Amino acid sequence: MTTATFPDWNALQPGDALPPLELPPIRRLDLALYCGASGDHNPIHVDIDFAKSAGMPDVFAHGMLSAAWLARLLTHWVPQSAIRSLDLRFAAITHVGERIRCTGTVAEKFEHEGRRSVRLKLMTANHEGIAKLSAEALVAWP
Amino acid sequence: MIDRRHIGHTLPPFQAEAEKGRLRFFAKATGQTDPIYIDEAAARDAGHPGLPVPPTFLFCLEMEAPNPAAIRELLGMDYRSLLHGEQGFSYHAMAYAGDMLTFCQRIDDIYDKKNGALEFVVRKTRVSNQQGELVAELRCVTVVRNP
Repeated sequence: MTTATFPDWNALQPGDALPPLELPPIRRLDLALYCGASGDHNPIHVDIDFAKSAGMPDVFAHGMLSAAWLARLLTHWVPQSAIRSLDLRFAAITHVGERIRCTGTVAEKFEHEGRRSVRLKLMTANHEGIAKLSAEALVAWP
Repeated sequence: MIDRRHIGHTLPPFQAEAEKGRLRFFAKATGQTDPIYIDEAAARDAGHPGLPVPPTFLFCLEMEAPNPAAIRELLGMDYRSLLHGEQGFSYHAMAYAGDMLTFCQRIDDIYDKKNGALEFVVRKTRVSNQQGELVAELRCVTVVRNP
């Protein structure tokens, strides 16, 4: 993976898709690693006994792990300094074993205070196409 | 029901350092392979002073609060009934490994839906760096599922 450079703003059109990001099936190890790296030690993501006590059949992925994948999708597309905002909405639980695909499209292209900007719609979905996380990002060119 | 009097409550500011090793661990845990997030030389070649703090990692550093459960305890919320509903980031400046970031948290709103079956707590956090420059504003919506 190489570092992103700015796409040609003039060539962008609403509806254009970002290169998607396909993740391998989620392992319990991924949740343990994210638990340590993120500092989010909510046992519901790593301790099956605790998850069951909370009425869940199993542990499940941190919403913010999916958020980090969406951020990867974005920083593959533009340098991180271009990202003005990222707003995430957690719609459904992401389960162990699911294969998550991150996608994004250009929703709107505009100039704001002289800055060339793009509003993006982003989402993660499982292999059946069920949406897990929807997001919106605002990206501005230098 | 969560007491609405807590709307507007601010928590004591705290500091958290964006540690290089932790950022590399986060890159590994999130499958990040872009070298600027792993290799300092690659980051510098791309014009950064160090490893960038990736977009969602500020939420992780927010958990470095002296008592990460402070809001849950204040509002009497049980871990088992909580869901992360929304998370927002507005970015003003990049943050880098080695930065000492200051977090100022505020309970911005508390409301309910479905006759109280679902309650929502909105927390807003301002993050600034050691130069006093605003790095980002975070918005976290926690959902409480009441039985």
